[in-house]
Amino acid sequence: MAEVPLRVLIVDDEAPARRRLRELLDDCASALPLAVVGEAQNGREAVELLQSIPVDLVLTDIHMPDMDGLELARHVLKVPHTPLVVFTTAFHEHALQAFEVNAVDYLVKPVRVQRLLSALQKVPKLRPLTPEKLSELPQSARRFLSVTERSRVVLVPVEEVVYLKAELRYITIRTAQREHLLEESLTRLEQEFGNRFVRIHRNCLVSRDFVRGFERRVSDDGDAHWEVLLNGVTETLPVSRRQQFVVREVGRELAA
Amino acid sequence: MRSIIRHNGSAPTLPDLRNLGTTVRILLAVNGAAMLAAFVRETRWEVLPAAVVETAGAVAPALILALALLWAAAPWIARQPYRVGAIAIAGIAFGATLAGHALGSFIAPRADDSLLRELGFALLVVAGLLYYFQLRARALSPAIVEARLQALQARIRPHFLFNSINGVLSLIRSDPRRAEEALHDLADLFRVLMRDNRDLAPLADEVQLCRQYLDLEKLRLGERLIVDWNVKSMPEDALVPPLVLQPLLENAVYHGIEPSPVPATLTINIFLSRGEVHAIMRNPYRDDGGRHHRGNRMAIANIRERLALHFDAEAALESRVTKDSYEVHIRMPYRNVAPPKARDARDAQAPGNVVDLSAERAKPRARTSIPTPGGRPWLKSRSVS
Repeated sequence: MAEVPLRVLIVDDEAPARRRLRELLDDCASALPLAVVGEAQNGREAVELLQSIPVDLVLTDIHMPDMDGLELARHVLKVPHTPLVVFTTAFHEHALQAFEVNAVDYLVKPVRVQRLLSALQKVPKLRPLTPEKLSELPQSARRFLSVTERSRVVLVPVEEVVYLKAELRYITIRTAQREHLLEESLTRLEQEFGNRFVRIHRNCLVSRDFVRGFERRVSDDGDAHWEVLLNGVTETLPVSRRQQFVVREVGRELAA
Repeated sequence: MRSIIRHNGSAPTLPDLRNLGTTVRILLAVNGAAMLAAFVRETRWEVLPAAVVETAGAVAPALILALALLWAAAPWIARQPYRVGAIAIAGIAFGATLAGHALGSFIAPRADDSLLRELGFALLVVAGLLYYFQLRARALSPAIVEARLQALQARIRPHFLFNSINGVLSLIRSDPRRAEEALHDLADLFRVLMRDNRDLAPLADEVQLCRQYLDLEKLRLGERLIVDWNVKSMPEDALVPPLVLQPLLENAVYHGIEPSPVPATLTINIFLSRGEVHAIMRNPYRDDGGRHHRGNRMAIANIRERLALHFDAEAALESRVTKDSYEVHIRMPYRNVAPPKARDARDAQAPGNVVDLSAERAKPRARTSIPTPGGRPWLKSRSVS
């Protein structure tokens, strides 16, 4: 058991910081069997790497372009054989103090080798973060939605999402190319992404960026309702009677 | 910004009438004056103590009434221009004196009471006190400004410091020479950050500091940071407030370069135009939901304040957000310390013809201050209308 090396992935957008961490991990290797199995420059690269390399521990910076460390921690939960996440940061952040009490570690850069070693030694006792714990963090909206498809994690950039539609237990994510199934709550998504999406129906959020216009349709029995016309996809979506005010609201934005 | 200029001593300010210190000073001054009056009036030594007590008793009702009225009227008076406020205070003192006089003649009429003399006494006390408070405000306010200035300057992002130290640590084993270089840059940067930065310094020094700072950032960010310097025609000897550009570059890196997934360019243009030094800094910028803009606003406000202190209305800072870039434009008057001789020569020539630039440059770069009377070159007295 002790001879199985701990597989570590380093995630940081700064090359010197990655190099430093590698040096320190080398120093720790004599006291604790470990292997650095990869390096990534941001969360997105890290998720890609995690698809192909089994990893026990992700050491990730927090502020990174494209996908930051906190968002990475959320997507990591969907990776099969979920690795543990330890954050590294250049200065104490209030956001992370919550983790200290929850026994999930974080390291302040510059990291001393002793401090790193003690964090590594604690790893077997740590439990993966839970989505609940992560959602306690005051964090900004995700840049990606992650879905599991054939035991792979697929990242869907939020700006590519045309609409989100709740169906039974799942949410269908529609992009211009294809559809994905997501297991989350539509209300939560609406809260998280605020102004990007507009609710047009009890079960549907539409991205404002993709709205092309509205069309009045009259069905055979004489009932009239609005349909949303979208860029990038051919189907249209009905606006419910309750949400009719968005036609005026979004229409005004389109006209502007 | 206004508030700082208001502090600069030449505009008189009224005291805070609800401040305990003010009240105590008024009490002491009035009783002291009354004592003095009794001392002058009474020639017989044996009855002097009784006379002092009697005078103090005579002014007490008026004094207490005046203080209460001043306290009540304080918010209104504070909003008035100095002259109106001073007249209001004198009016209150007169009213209180009249009331005190009426009360005194009702309770214990005295043989020698003269309303006119009491009013004269009140006027003298009010004038003396107002003069005293103005002197005091003038003596204190530069200290307040100075303290604020120092506090504002000491701000550098801990983020930058610790990331830089981490960057240096990463070089020590692989590239010790570069690590040395980086530590020297860091030392220089902090030397400037921590020194007394009240005096103006040559623009060339500030640009040098910016280069060292950006070298440190380059160490961390590598090819992600591209810097485009356009400073060939800048007036190197122009005197500028220290740290007028560096904090803006720090912001540009933090908001414009670090969040960018692709290499990004930071553009710096510094030039002289019509006797004014212009510095324009531009960085790509994309709004990611207002993640951290407080720091930026603080730095901008700080620099504006310091520009106002040094140059008053002659300098300006404007920032502009376009769809994908952020730009800051600083405009400052072109000042260089030329010895009187050179200044005469320049005045004699056509405007814009910079004399003695080479001589200036050849001299060792000393931090220089504008010679203004009063020994506070960074705090130019200027009346505000």
